[in-house]
Amino acid sequence: MALIKDGKPASLVLADGQIFTGRSFGAEGTVIGEVVFTTGMTAYQETLTDPSYYGQIVTQTFPLIGNYGVNAADHESAQSYVGGYIVREWCNTPSNFRCEGTIDSFLKAHNIIGLYNIDTRRLTRSLREAGVMNGAITTSDPQEHLPELLAQIRAYAVRDAVANVTGTEQRIYQPEQVRRRVVLFDFGYKRNIRQSLLERGCEVIVVPAQTTAKEVAALHPDGIMLSNGPGDPSENTQIIENLREIAKLAIPMFGICLGHQLMALSQGARTEKLKYGHRGANQPVIDLASGRTYVTSQNHGYAVIGDSLDPDNAEVSHINANDHTCEGVRYHKLNAFTVQFHPEAHGGPLDTAYLFDEFTARMDAYKKEAE
Amino acid sequence: MGLRSDIKKVLVIGSGPIIIGQAAEFDYAGTQACRALKQEGLEVVLINSNPATIMTDKAMADKVYIEPLTLDVVKSVIELEKPDSILSTLGGQTGLTLSMQLAEEGFLDSHHVKLLGADPETIHKAEDRQAFKDTMEKIGEPCIPSKVVETVEDAVAFAGEIGYPVIVRPAFTLGGTGGGIAEDEAQLRDISTNGLRLSPITQVLIEKCISGWKEIEFEVIRDRKGNVITVCSMENFDPVGVHTGDSIVIAPAVTLSDREYQMLRTASLNIISELKVEGGCNCQFALHPESMEYAVIEVNPRVSRSSALASKATGYPIAKVATRIAIGYTLDEIINQVTGKTYACFEPALDYVVIKFPKWAFDKFVYAKRTLGTQMKATGEVMAIGTSFEQAMMKAVRSTELGVDSLNMKKYEAMTVEELLGRLQGGVEDERAFQVFAALKKGVSVAKIHEITLIDEWFLDKLLNLVELEAWLAEDTLTEQKYLTAKQYGYLDKTIERLSGQKCPMHRNAVYKMVDTCAGEFKAETPYFYSTYDEENEAKQFIERKHSDKKKVIVFGSGPIRIGQGIEFDYCSVHCVWTLKELGYEAVICNNNPETVSTDFDTGDRLYFDPLTPEDVDNIIATEQPYGVVVQFGGQTAIKLTRHLADSGVRILGTSADHIDAAEDRERFDELLEQCGIPRPEGFTVMTTKEAVKAAERLGYPVLLRPSYVLGGQNMIIAHSEQDVVEYMGIITSHMIENPVLIDKYMMGTEVEVDAICDGKDFLIPGIMEHIERAGVHSGDSISVYPAQNLSKRIRETIIEYTRRLSLALGVVGLVNIQYVVYRDEVYVIEVNPRSSRTVPYISKVTGIPMVDIATKVMFGITLQSLGYKSGLYPEGEYVAVKVPVFSFEKLQDVDTMLGPEMKSTGECLGIGKNFEDALLKGLVGAGYDLKKEGGVLISVRDSEKREMISIADKFARMGFELYATSGTASYLNKNMIATNTVRKISEGSPNTLDLLESGKIHYMISTSAKGRLPARDSVRMRRKSVERSICSLTAVDTANALANVLRSGRSMDEIELVDITKI
Repeated sequence: MALIKDGKPASLVLADGQIFTGRSFGAEGTVIGEVVFTTGMTAYQETLTDPSYYGQIVTQTFPLIGNYGVNAADHESAQSYVGGYIVREWCNTPSNFRCEGTIDSFLKAHNIIGLYNIDTRRLTRSLREAGVMNGAITTSDPQEHLPELLAQIRAYAVRDAVANVTGTEQRIYQPEQVRRRVVLFDFGYKRNIRQSLLERGCEVIVVPAQTTAKEVAALHPDGIMLSNGPGDPSENTQIIENLREIAKLAIPMFGICLGHQLMALSQGARTEKLKYGHRGANQPVIDLASGRTYVTSQNHGYAVIGDSLDPDNAEVSHINANDHTCEGVRYHKLNAFTVQFHPEAHGGPLDTAYLFDEFTARMDAYKKEAE
Repeated sequence: MGLRSDIKKVLVIGSGPIIIGQAAEFDYAGTQACRALKQEGLEVVLINSNPATIMTDKAMADKVYIEPLTLDVVKSVIELEKPDSILSTLGGQTGLTLSMQLAEEGFLDSHHVKLLGADPETIHKAEDRQAFKDTMEKIGEPCIPSKVVETVEDAVAFAGEIGYPVIVRPAFTLGGTGGGIAEDEAQLRDISTNGLRLSPITQVLIEKCISGWKEIEFEVIRDRKGNVITVCSMENFDPVGVHTGDSIVIAPAVTLSDREYQMLRTASLNIISELKVEGGCNCQFALHPESMEYAVIEVNPRVSRSSALASKATGYPIAKVATRIAIGYTLDEIINQVTGKTYACFEPALDYVVIKFPKWAFDKFVYAKRTLGTQMKATGEVMAIGTSFEQAMMKAVRSTELGVDSLNMKKYEAMTVEELLGRLQGGVEDERAFQVFAALKKGVSVAKIHEITLIDEWFLDKLLNLVELEAWLAEDTLTEQKYLTAKQYGYLDKTIERLSGQKCPMHRNAVYKMVDTCAGEFKAETPYFYSTYDEENEAKQFIERKHSDKKKVIVFGSGPIRIGQGIEFDYCSVHCVWTLKELGYEAVICNNNPETVSTDFDTGDRLYFDPLTPEDVDNIIATEQPYGVVVQFGGQTAIKLTRHLADSGVRILGTSADHIDAAEDRERFDELLEQCGIPRPEGFTVMTTKEAVKAAERLGYPVLLRPSYVLGGQNMIIAHSEQDVVEYMGIITSHMIENPVLIDKYMMGTEVEVDAICDGKDFLIPGIMEHIERAGVHSGDSISVYPAQNLSKRIRETIIEYTRRLSLALGVVGLVNIQYVVYRDEVYVIEVNPRSSRTVPYISKVTGIPMVDIATKVMFGITLQSLGYKSGLYPEGEYVAVKVPVFSFEKLQDVDTMLGPEMKSTGECLGIGKNFEDALLKGLVGAGYDLKKEGGVLISVRDSEKREMISIADKFARMGFELYATSGTASYLNKNMIATNTVRKISEGSPNTLDLLESGKIHYMISTSAKGRLPARDSVRMRRKSVERSICSLTAVDTANALANVLRSGRSMDEIELVDITKI
């Protein structure tokens, strides 16, 4: 109640000139970003700590956010890379036995500017119709410097996203019992990718995004995991170049999200920007081999163009049941498979976690052969 | 995979009469199923004993049997119709149990009938307690420590192992009938004795009590390819311990983090995959509030009340999809109707919250125990959609029609903090949300209330927000900011003005948002809207985009199912919409009941899921700008809006507001009767107890008392003495009923009922119905016979003439329902309702006259004559139809089962036969009467009825029944040469009537008493005992006589022809 009564005004200004006025929470100031929406009804905390959202202002379509507060255990990375955050209503009296604070305190601590009490459905429908748009959240009066602000908004682009979120040094994580070794490329990885590997007896060596084939080979991994991450995949030319070399090592590879896109680019395919992307925990994906449909967690604005894959080397293995875009690729000439969605979940359905089992099975076969 | 090629003709089993735990949701599911099957070009055969349903409409299936839902009858239908398949999962527990029995007996195999939806193994694994436990253990899903027992001693022994409190859950009973929480051994013995008896397989589950855990449900769907999805999660406001049907429910679950949510979602998918359900399934979980520990409570491998709610909450049509799956389709082949371009294989995303609020009958059953537990007591429910919890809650509260427009309830406001906390500590009651709100308002902390109620603090904090808002409104000036904030939180203008004590500084109309299954991600064209206070009005955009030149007509629905206003009004509303569409109008529905067909978004051209109060309705009218509105099909809920609508200049189609008022206003109605020269029982209008006593003396006892605006005989009694009048006036004034009380001379004659259609000039009576029970038993509780069997030509003609005069004098355009009493060979009018009635669906079906369709056409100036109908009574058909009421007494503790002027039945069934006896036999069997032909009959009647009992007792005696009676009745019967055993009254020590009822010797009890209601009275205790022991209890001599005649006719069900009503 105090929220609607007492919150300071704040606004969202979109590149097309629309202004949504609501109230401020989290940090104050002005931030520019690419405005996107996610339809997940839980997992706001995982969203806020997912590095893939770098440079984006995230809108939650579910109206009640922050109900169970935030807790350290559910962070998907140590930081929040979200540019700004928009909700209809946030909860200042969260209730959950693991709750350690409110979403407002989290945003303040991570210096993220938030906006609430706007018609988020109207905003979502705008983005759906016009496509992803740049915008700014500001706690000052947007009318004051509107032309300048609009110019800045229109000029904005997410750049060097991976460089801004990747780690700078190698880190090694040990499972209870080591059965395999995986090199995990950190393009802005979510913690549960690492965790999913650890749970399966993989020693995980997290390496920076720019790591070369030679450096990878020196680590003698049984598998290479390409993580999720933010931004336009095609911008990462050096990484794509490296991956082309790494693929030649013939070590089993598994890619998720940005990792999936970069792998495809390294093999000569192309990517495209989607109108407004897939963000949510309810995206149906068809596994073309089995014909089964799985409900998946997704967060991407770009997609691999299925037709651009070299049919001798690769085939589309999964498609999105709604718009039939490419959701997975299997490579014939390489020991590699990649998916656009998030089998590691957090948030979202755990239904495709079996893909990690396939990865470990490939690693075991590779190890056996090597012996 | 597509439609299976081996399916051509499908039998659909409905769920039978409406009872607590099985209501309109199965009409919704069954109707969707029938439509889906027909769309596939399959031949559909339907059996359902409930005539008030839409699914039993001729248009719904190729063959429709309104016949008793017994194993033998279903077998006969299968033998007659030779379907190749049977759909088991859409007719509630009734349909499922019947299907399973047919399968287990080998009947389906031997008749080459395939069971669609769920196979017997699936049903067994889900419903047999031990098999379920074993299955869950196998897939590692935790269950609550429990044990299936078949004796009370085993129950006590197991409870000793796991410790009290324990929950008793009988196997295979509806809505948890016969279950309960036992705090100690004595209670356990009591509850388990009852539960074992009610369980058709004499099994109960004794389970560790986990009260206070969160109760979470998932609706899941699976197809034969193994695709699995969850449609919706739901969280109960009340923690485990209150039946989910009696709990306020919010969708989606709101207090769960993603970890908890995904853990339970995955568990649901594991369960449905292991059970191999092909269709819909409901999984209920208990989640420890302070750990990740959880337990599976229950799994229903069929569509249910929850799936109806989930369908309406998300826009995902579960029953339709489940039906398609049952006949071979897979989720990825079924188009999502809402978006038109995505598939059914996805999970809906919501951008609003939904609250379900139950509707109980405690306003009628004043002495019923209001404590909620594991046995469901609600008769119906409402749903509200909002962009915040608070907004949805406020909408839900006013949709339930409790006479409040906020969470403030006077009786709790008047209590001290200690009294309120005492009430909360005393157990969960139906009005707990109001009690909590009052306590918060009086400054009790959220922590304290949580400690007592174990309701999650999240919900309590939301209620506290409302408390704070109300305080803020009352402070200083009512600014525009305050006003708009209150609107966003769901308050009506008049509530804001009352709470602030100031005029609203402005007025804002609501805007409408679309329910689209995808939170706006895809473009949708679902004509399904809810109101909120925001910037964009999607309904308006939708109407503009559609650019239709058709006139728009709004049909107001009837709100939650309750005693006296049931599914029949939904039947009428839906038929009205269909006819409007046929006539070339755009039909718009406003209703708030998630169980119904009317709130299926593809029934009308647009659906507004909102409360039905004047301001809510004004908002819809502002957006729609309709040509006119229809109020006469939505029961009293819609009729109540008439005056307001007419005052605002809205065109009321059909009978005018003024004429409706003339029928409801006592004085105007009396004048009208005088003009028409029609007599009615003498009576007065009174305001106080003193006036009432005086009037009663003038009329002479017995007298009939009721509030002036009545529905279903609400708060209506027959008073035999001054004491009764005083007691009654006390109750009525405590219910804050501001309208005056009517007091009438009570005439104990034959009751006759007529539904007529009038076009302002001509009138049509499809049929005259006669009630078996004399006046005094509410018409909804009487056995009603069409055509009337015992009326002389003169009386019949008088009734036709009176109906003509009344219809014309009241300016009826559309439907009118008139109740008459024939007393000493004279006809008197008791009541006129210028609207549709409970009997319209059944009369339409048995006479073949589509009453609602005609009534709708008449509203637009189409005359009866042009439709081919002559004025007057329509010729009688070849069949006799008997409507038998069905009660839910076993679900409601302490309610006296004696029938009277206050309606008590929750549903009805129909018997159709070539003659009266056959039709009545079918009706009684369909209503669940076990017509045993031998055994004991216990008789205890009031003095005034002893003489009439002689012939009835004689009939039973001659058939070889052993008669028992209390001393007065026994000596009277013995004196009249009918051998009767004397039994002691309860007060006379053991063994007495209660012991006799307990002994199992008695199969029928005839019990009437001059006084009832108070649970402590002997007669009430006997009747309650008979309910507990499932002994056939007759509380009116007329019913007893009719039953004796049926028994005496010697006819049995297998001799009577089954009637396909599409042939009538």
